[in-house]
Amino acid sequence: MSRKDPTEPATAEIDATPLLAARDVSLERAGRVILDHVSVQVRPAEVTVVIGPNGAGKTSLLRVLLGLWKPGQGRVQRRRGLRIGYMPQRLQIEPVLPLSVRRFLTLRQRAPEAVLREGLERVGVPHLLHKPVQSLSGGEMQRVLLARALLNRPNLLVLDEPAQGVDIVGQGEVFKLIDDIRHETGCGVLMVSHDLHLVMAGADAVICLNQHVCCTGRPEEVSRHPEYQRLFPETDMQGIGVYRHDHDHVHDVAGDVHEHHAGCGHAHRPGPGGDSR
Amino acid sequence: MMDGLLDDFLIRALLAGLMVAAVAGPLGAFVVWRRMAYFGDTVSHSALLGVALGVLLGLNLNLMVTLVCVAIAILLVLLQRRQELASDTLLGILAHSALSLGIVAVTFIEGLRVDLMAYLFGDILAVGTGDLLSIAIGGGVALLLLILLWRPLLALTVHEELAQVEGVPVLLVRLGLMLLIALVIAAAMQVVGVLLITALMIIPAASARRFAATPEQMAILAGIIGMLAVGAGLWGSFQYDTPTGPTIVVAAMLGFILVHLLPGRLIPHFGGR
Repeated sequence: MSRKDPTEPATAEIDATPLLAARDVSLERAGRVILDHVSVQVRPAEVTVVIGPNGAGKTSLLRVLLGLWKPGQGRVQRRRGLRIGYMPQRLQIEPVLPLSVRRFLTLRQRAPEAVLREGLERVGVPHLLHKPVQSLSGGEMQRVLLARALLNRPNLLVLDEPAQGVDIVGQGEVFKLIDDIRHETGCGVLMVSHDLHLVMAGADAVICLNQHVCCTGRPEEVSRHPEYQRLFPETDMQGIGVYRHDHDHVHDVAGDVHEHHAGCGHAHRPGPGGDSR
Repeated sequence: MMDGLLDDFLIRALLAGLMVAAVAGPLGAFVVWRRMAYFGDTVSHSALLGVALGVLLGLNLNLMVTLVCVAIAILLVLLQRRQELASDTLLGILAHSALSLGIVAVTFIEGLRVDLMAYLFGDILAVGTGDLLSIAIGGGVALLLLILLWRPLLALTVHEELAQVEGVPVLLVRLGLMLLIALVIAAAMQVVGVLLITALMIIPAASARRFAATPEQMAILAGIIGMLAVGAGLWGSFQYDTPTGPTIVVAAMLGFILVHLLPGRLIPHFGGR
């Protein structure tokens, strides 16, 4: 079962240098400010979670950190020898492209079948190896993406909304899996999410983003921060990890709350379906 | 004596057609996967402009066509980045402007009788030994480039950002694809003409999808199906005295319909991994 020896070098080196850091990064696109003087860092062997409302620039920050986009200002530093395993937000493959899971896993680097099978076993889906990727469900696809991100033994896992398109039970499983894997391998994790409930419980550091960094710190600290409470007024630490369901409001398909609670003096943001930045 | 001559130009035509189809099919698979059919159309419509420029400047026509196609392709990519106009609007504007500009430019060339129909719909029966050589060179370079770029191109097609994070030089690979498309268009122009080149790329690829379990199978099958269409089209055009380029496309279309009418259990599936 266990894919890696936990005493492997990846964990042995104790080096507090951040794996990845953004220093005073600003980004503008189409005349709109997306990131405003953002400084963040991702430390080794920690789970860093970026939260924020839709359109807060979470995915943009990830793209800048990954080096996909050049920031207009500021810079991004990577630790030497950083190996990133990246799991994109969503992956849709045209039905016209015949592609099995095995082929998908080896697009960039070839690997023996045993390694691939082991990798899929680690995320709980060894039976999918020869299936066409288009036949996978949302949850299966996320697992395959995770397995792929782990293939080159990364010391940093970067996950963009890892539980998107997965039902609420599956979401818990995906986060549990990520948590297990980081304890096994000792890799750092950088995760973007707008779903606080499931994510904050497992986080070591939380960055609350809304174009600028509203606040950062340990989950308890951030959840007590006034700016955080202004952005996410209905969440308190008791609620985290538990899905509460009160019947004085309505949900839309995406699970978003639409009706205001009494005494809630703010406008709710649109649902997660529109978030692609 | 007459028979010998006849054989000769038919064989030249067949050879040219087969060579073009062998490259256009596999490249067509990418055109289909990346949803670039209209893009291919736009670039191929600009080939006529290359012909006009080549004649005006007294340069090699194939070279000029390739250059103009690459230039239009790059222009398209740059314009699409600005995102002021929807992609299909932009493609429509460029496709028809380039085609009209090409036709206008060609008719402006005085003292030269350019057979417009031959460029629009192809003139495979007029392929000379020199043309055969340039098709072989252009097609060969394109095939080599395709094989070299295969894995990074596939990675890019599946997920561009993922590929970039994993170290694929995205810009370079995309430029390579543009060059590939331009080379194939230049080679295919004489076979099916600028208006029908895209058909020779996407129809065989679309037919091949039903049989293929891997990307490679689909590409190779597309090449084979394209070659069959060339053979059938050439025979049909000789038999019924129809224009060859369009007849090849009709043959490809009939193949596509046939493939999709076949019930699933009759479709042979290649073992895929």
